[in-house]
Amino acid sequence: MKSLQELEAIRNKTLSEIDIRKKGEGTRIVVGMATCGIAAGARPVLTALVDEVAKRKLKNVTVTQTGCIGACRLEPIVEVFEPGKEKVTYVKVNPDMVGRIVAEHIVNGNPVTEYTIGYHEENTK
Amino acid sequence: MDIFRSHVLVCGGTGCTSSESPKIMDKFVEEISNAGLDKEVKVVRTGCFGLCEAGPVVIVYPEGCFYSRVKVSDVPEIVSEHLLKGRIVQRLLYHGETKEIEMSLDHIGFYKKQKRIALRNCGVIDPERIEEYIAFDGYKALGKCLTEYTPQQVIDIIKQSGLRGRGGGGFPTGLKWQFCANEKNEQKYVICNADEGDPGAFMDRSVLEGDPHAVLEAMAIAGYAIGANMGYIYVRAEYPIAVKRLEIAIGQAREMGLLGKDIFGTGFDFDIEIRLGAGAFVCGEEMALISSIEGHRGEPTPKPPFPAQKGLFGKPTIINNVETFANVAQIILNGPEWFASMGTEKSKGTKVFALGGKINNTGLVEIPMGTTLREIIYDIGGGIPGGKAFKAAQTGGPSGGCIPASHLDTPIDYDSLISIGSMMGSGGLIVMDEDNCMVDVARFFLDFTVDESCGKCPPCRIGTKRMLEILERIVNGQGEEGDIEKLEQLGENIKNAALCGLGKTAPNPVLSTIKYFRHEYEAHIRDKKCPAGHCKALLSYVIDKSKCIGCSACAKVCPTGAISGKIKEPFEIDQSKCIKCGACIGKCKFGAIEKK
Repeated sequence: MKSLQELEAIRNKTLSEIDIRKKGEGTRIVVGMATCGIAAGARPVLTALVDEVAKRKLKNVTVTQTGCIGACRLEPIVEVFEPGKEKVTYVKVNPDMVGRIVAEHIVNGNPVTEYTIGYHEENTK
Repeated sequence: MDIFRSHVLVCGGTGCTSSESPKIMDKFVEEISNAGLDKEVKVVRTGCFGLCEAGPVVIVYPEGCFYSRVKVSDVPEIVSEHLLKGRIVQRLLYHGETKEIEMSLDHIGFYKKQKRIALRNCGVIDPERIEEYIAFDGYKALGKCLTEYTPQQVIDIIKQSGLRGRGGGGFPTGLKWQFCANEKNEQKYVICNADEGDPGAFMDRSVLEGDPHAVLEAMAIAGYAIGANMGYIYVRAEYPIAVKRLEIAIGQAREMGLLGKDIFGTGFDFDIEIRLGAGAFVCGEEMALISSIEGHRGEPTPKPPFPAQKGLFGKPTIINNVETFANVAQIILNGPEWFASMGTEKSKGTKVFALGGKINNTGLVEIPMGTTLREIIYDIGGGIPGGKAFKAAQTGGPSGGCIPASHLDTPIDYDSLISIGSMMGSGGLIVMDEDNCMVDVARFFLDFTVDESCGKCPPCRIGTKRMLEILERIVNGQGEEGDIEKLEQLGENIKNAALCGLGKTAPNPVLSTIKYFRHEYEAHIRDKKCPAGHCKALLSYVIDKSKCIGCSACAKVCPTGAISGKIKEPFEIDQSKCIKCGACIGKCKFGAIEKK
């Protein structure tokens, strides 16, 4: 070990690996993984989310799963919880949509309106 | 680098390891891979979480689900329900004292009142990966000391923090470092005292098993502060997991250049070696420890000279306890004011206690100094099993004393414990209820010190033996008038005359129990009765003829055939055959058998 920078580099590299064990309110991305979700293709969505978050080295973001929230017809459902903000619910998510959700919403803070439940319900009536 | 969406943390402390946690871990790896989740879920072995009572413990992140008493057969369910489908396995969640189901460990009463500094990484990181320690700010304090502070500034920070030795004596750590730094010598040493010997104490073991790098880092900081480039960790060979993890940690630190030559390019050299002790209690005494590292018999020598002047191989040496070292890096990173803001006027920071005995949450707790015994036992420890009454708490192991119920609200720190006739010791805390006989407790601890006395000085070698003989007489019903006074006088003499800490404190368990429970001694001696119903020689089991219906259940279970009688008529116990095992009491459905 020749410098503090070297130590910091190891720290940052490992931190993103174990970030989910640290306390602190970060953003939670929750994927519905009940039978309905899995049948509708939630697993590739979850994997895509994990990859995308890893690729961008996002800190304080956890990707996790949950059970069925009741709207089975709209699965795969992805919900984003940010501290102090109202949660955003994305419906009928597929792996191709993940890149935009992470880039626009998680990174830049602008939810992708056309993927949300409200937009979907308005436009499919 | 791989990112996992979920981490399964399995406790790899000694407690959980002995209840099959390694098999649980293997099963998780197998099941996760069968379910095709091995790219998503990571299994990590950590150090002790502290709640050993609930072991083996498994925590699943990011939810922070706290699964307790997990069996190998539970693993497939956790994998298929929780990890695959996202449904938490409710039946395995830890049930607190309230019987409400708590999902996350942060909400469990056991953890709520704790403040984990020395144990900060235990149960959080993988102790066998230096990268995880670094990610939690590891070795940053060492870097900061080497690049920003002079050795004297480091000592000043430790002094200002008010940190005192956690091994029992409570000597101010900064002052100890200063004494050693003031000595002019080319060779100095840093020693970590990990010879944890008190019966029932296991906090040092847990730190070494759960966060070994914290100790290595602090030793290097101490080396820089006093001008030493060599450190030794003296650990007992009967802590195999701790020794193994230390070896791994030292290897990794050397490989990364965090130990060895020219650390952080500052020209500071420091290396650490492990020395195994054979498990002699006296080797926890610093002079005996030094002589053991040197290859001699573990025997104390008179002080002065103190180790800071003439220690290991005759060179200036500092010896600190594991837990003391575990606090150092945090003090450097957060500042002395932060540390000094916790605790009481003269005792700063936190203290780790190993909770044992008659208590619901057996385990390891870290609390701010000044927390009361009542809070530790009832709020954190979850009270006494079976609704029994609290009688006393024993702190400080064989060197400490018993604290009676009247002192339950004493804020715990070094000085308050001494003022009530006990001591902090290394942190064992054994809780006793109404069934414990205080005379027998004193006998137990004295028996231990008699065994462990090195034999060098007569007050300890002969004096403790004589005290033990008197105590054994008393518990066997042969106590005589005047025995209590003899014990008191012998005890005081040993305290004044013994050579080292072991002898000086050995009479404490006896003296403190006489102080607070004199009536129990008197009952044993005068009435030949044990009020707690514990001492076998003073007990007899009798059948209450008015309650006995003659079912013969007791006679069937009696191993010596001491109980006889006719069916449907009251039975009788032959006292000459009875071995007082108590088996009959458990069998009688009518409460007809009494212990007198």
